[in-house]
Amino acid sequence: MGTIWSWIVAFGRFWYHFIIGDDWTVAAAVAVGLILTAILNSAHIIAWWLVPLIVVTMLGLSLRRANNKT
Amino acid sequence: MTGPAIVLITTFLASAVEAIEMVTIVLGVGATRGWRSTLVGVGAGFTVLAVVVAALGLALSRVPIGPLRLIVGALLLVFGLQWFRKGVMRVAAHGLAGIRLHPEDEPPEWSGEGFDWLAFVLSFKGVVLEGLEVAFIVVSFGANANQLGAAVIGGVGAVIVIGAVGLVLHGPVSRIPRSLLQLVVGILLTTFGTFWSLEGLGVEWPGSDGAILGLLALYMLTAATYITIERRRVLGFNPGT
Repeated sequence: MGTIWSWIVAFGRFWYHFIIGDDWTVAAAVAVGLILTAILNSAHIIAWWLVPLIVVTMLGLSLRRANNKT
Repeated sequence: MTGPAIVLITTFLASAVEAIEMVTIVLGVGATRGWRSTLVGVGAGFTVLAVVVAALGLALSRVPIGPLRLIVGALLLVFGLQWFRKGVMRVAAHGLAGIRLHPEDEPPEWSGEGFDWLAFVLSFKGVVLEGLEVAFIVVSFGANANQLGAAVIGGVGAVIVIGAVGLVLHGPVSRIPRSLLQLVVGILLTTFGTFWSLEGLGVEWPGSDGAILGLLALYMLTAATYITIERRRVLGFNPGT
């Protein structure tokens, strides 16, 4: 039972680090960007630019946040 | 009916584009994280691919690839961004002038003795998604032209040729310093992740697959800009002095 539980914890930790990493705001912004893109696309509005814009912006904000921590 | 040579060449070229994406991810992950777990991921990916292709056969063309593109693309995007940011910080800290002649002096990204699941998952996803796209190309071209044999030779040939090129390149790539390699792989994963996730949502990219090069240029420019800003901040570096 203990082995199974530790395996589940390790599995959850792996995916947490894979998706969230050490800055949850980046993953959240990407998720919001994808949802907004889907909404715009379904309304036939050109939306390919939104996620790249979020990537560039969030990278800068995340770098600034990491610098403030150090 | 289209001739077998035309079908073979067309499927080879179309499959080569997908195979380049597959090999780029495997090469980058292997050189950064180590080859053992990466190659196990490649093997597992091809095994799953073989089972899916054998089970579905021509029905493969009816499988919706959009959701798969969205999930794999979004995962690569959020993970790629982590390496993108770490790569910018490390290259800014070491500087291009500080890139070492002996990259083996740098601490490896993965130094554990166990299995590196991260390398496994990244290479596995790259192989399964791109392999499925090659399979779709083969099935759709081959079935429509009634030349399935030629299409299979074209698709498999493209994967073998591009894989061989990757095998030749893995030596030089492994000699790139890990801090720079992490930045490059981060940019590549972010590029493919952006492209695939939006394709999965049904977004039409301007220039189709050519948009990958545009995204790559944008993210490389972004990296150069942030590295310059970081270097000024961390080292008080001023190009004018």
